[in-house]
Amino acid sequence: MLEKLLDFKDKKATRDGFGDGLYELAKSNPKVVGLCADLAGSLKMNKFIDAFPERFFQCGVAEANMMGTAAGLATGGFIPYTGTFANFSTGRVYDQIRQSIAYSHKNVKICASHAGITLGEDGATHQILEDMGMMKMLPGMAVVNPCDYNQTKAATIAIAEHNGPVYLRFGRPGWPVFMPEDIPFELGKGILLSEGSDVTLIATGHMVWESVKAAKELESRGISCELINIHTIKPLDEQIILNSASKTGKIVTAEEHQINGGLGESIASLCARKMPVPIEMVAVNDRFGESGKPPELLKKYGLDSSNVVEAVEAVIER
Amino acid sequence: MDKIDQLQKTASQIRRDIVRMVYNAGSGHPGGSLGCADFLTALYFSRMKHNPAFRMDGKGEDVFVLSNGHISPLFYSILARSGYFDLDELKTFREIDSRLQGHPATHEGLPGVRVATGSLGQGLSVAVGIALSKRLAGDDRYVYALTGDGELQEGQIWEALMFSAHHKIDNLIVTVDWNGQQIDGPNDAVISLGDLRAKWEAFGWETLEMNGNDMSEVLNGLDDAKKRTGNGKPVCILMKTEMGYGVDFMTGTHKWHGIAPNKEQLDIALGQLEETLGDF
Repeated sequence: MLEKLLDFKDKKATRDGFGDGLYELAKSNPKVVGLCADLAGSLKMNKFIDAFPERFFQCGVAEANMMGTAAGLATGGFIPYTGTFANFSTGRVYDQIRQSIAYSHKNVKICASHAGITLGEDGATHQILEDMGMMKMLPGMAVVNPCDYNQTKAATIAIAEHNGPVYLRFGRPGWPVFMPEDIPFELGKGILLSEGSDVTLIATGHMVWESVKAAKELESRGISCELINIHTIKPLDEQIILNSASKTGKIVTAEEHQINGGLGESIASLCARKMPVPIEMVAVNDRFGESGKPPELLKKYGLDSSNVVEAVEAVIER
Repeated sequence: MDKIDQLQKTASQIRRDIVRMVYNAGSGHPGGSLGCADFLTALYFSRMKHNPAFRMDGKGEDVFVLSNGHISPLFYSILARSGYFDLDELKTFREIDSRLQGHPATHEGLPGVRVATGSLGQGLSVAVGIALSKRLAGDDRYVYALTGDGELQEGQIWEALMFSAHHKIDNLIVTVDWNGQQIDGPNDAVISLGDLRAKWEAFGWETLEMNGNDMSEVLNGLDDAKKRTGNGKPVCILMKTEMGYGVDFMTGTHKWHGIAPNKEQLDIALGQLEETLGDF
């Protein structure tokens, strides 16, 4: 299975998956509308806008109003997809999301590009690494972080079927397209990518690819990883995690997010309550990012496949 | 009894409800609630087409959004007396297990409330979105929103103003409760609003003014506002009111923005407000 994943044909950004998914979705679902805060090109929304101009609302550089307007469109029975960078989709508008969307049970899909450190050269002002934590704390908010173009496209389409607010997080850089094109997306259901017996390796977003590479390297060192892709941080697929943990007794998590508030924290909380096992976390450790190329940043901030390998070896030692 | 007299009597009962609810709860916001009682009475009991058999999307109806959510006692009284829920429920205002939260919420599906408000500056954007949804759905009814004046200090308000004018949202009528007061004192002592009319007009809004504590002016103002819809511009009513209107010792001061009367004050207030429809 690892070989099949590693044999990718193409690199595409997850944001392209969002843009193509939105366009496909809008063709079949007339209730879908789009809003954007002056980043339509960056969010790859142009195909949707060209095909359905009457269902697109340019909001300008005014994210707070965009969130409220989306809540109003949802009140009127539409399914709004808002598009801007992850930083401006969360921290900048937290109270608007909290009151007008989450507390008010509005069916708004908050679609956030350029998440994490792989945003690259723009630097820490734009590299949000706290967004999943903020979003997962809101009651009723689903949090999704797909791993490649195909999964992002599938997720974009699938979340329209979920009646409630969703935070959909994706990224900027070209990234290996390693998931099958027809990958089904089920909100809240993890995907077992590769069976193994020594350690459970659980990854989300871009870090799934780094974990695939790490699992292959570990295989050559005689360590068998059970590789799980958790694309939905909330609601968390507890069963797939606990089933695997009961088999391997050790967990490593990998995510492009702060260690505080991320996937690793959710899994640690689950395991502390239901199945205490040693856990190591590959995440950003309470630091802001900086400018640089995505691979350089992943390396400097401890998020590349070699860090996943080290974490797996460390958890085995415990 | 003519129409205006009827509406004034309704407003008097609603003012009694407000003062009694806030007294019962021992907290709440009587000042702005009393000041806007005539306006919301005119809207719900005369000018708005709405159905107490509540549906969230407001299809085929006029929709109202209260952006200054702290005047919830007024909103709840209006909704109960319009038939959205039992009058008896007004007794539960701000209590545990109640649908009548301190600030309005879709909590447990309270009929008549479409979005939570209270953190200021947000309701207007939601109203804008509902207005867009009506345009998209080919629904020719109107969306009304009420904001406070202190609330205009929130930046999101001006984002919503720019957006509405740009997108020519002309099925939207926003009223500003221009009582000149906010929690810490007069607007001019806190943060001056400046030439409010010039500001709204500069943002591309059709703007008119009315006295919100004169029922016939309110009715005329609402009719005037409606006439100005459909012309490619959103419509704003700058509504002069007095905070606390109807209860002499609460009138015209920010002191009663957010405190409850004691028993003696309650009795004095009720003595000034005729019971016309029966207390809850």
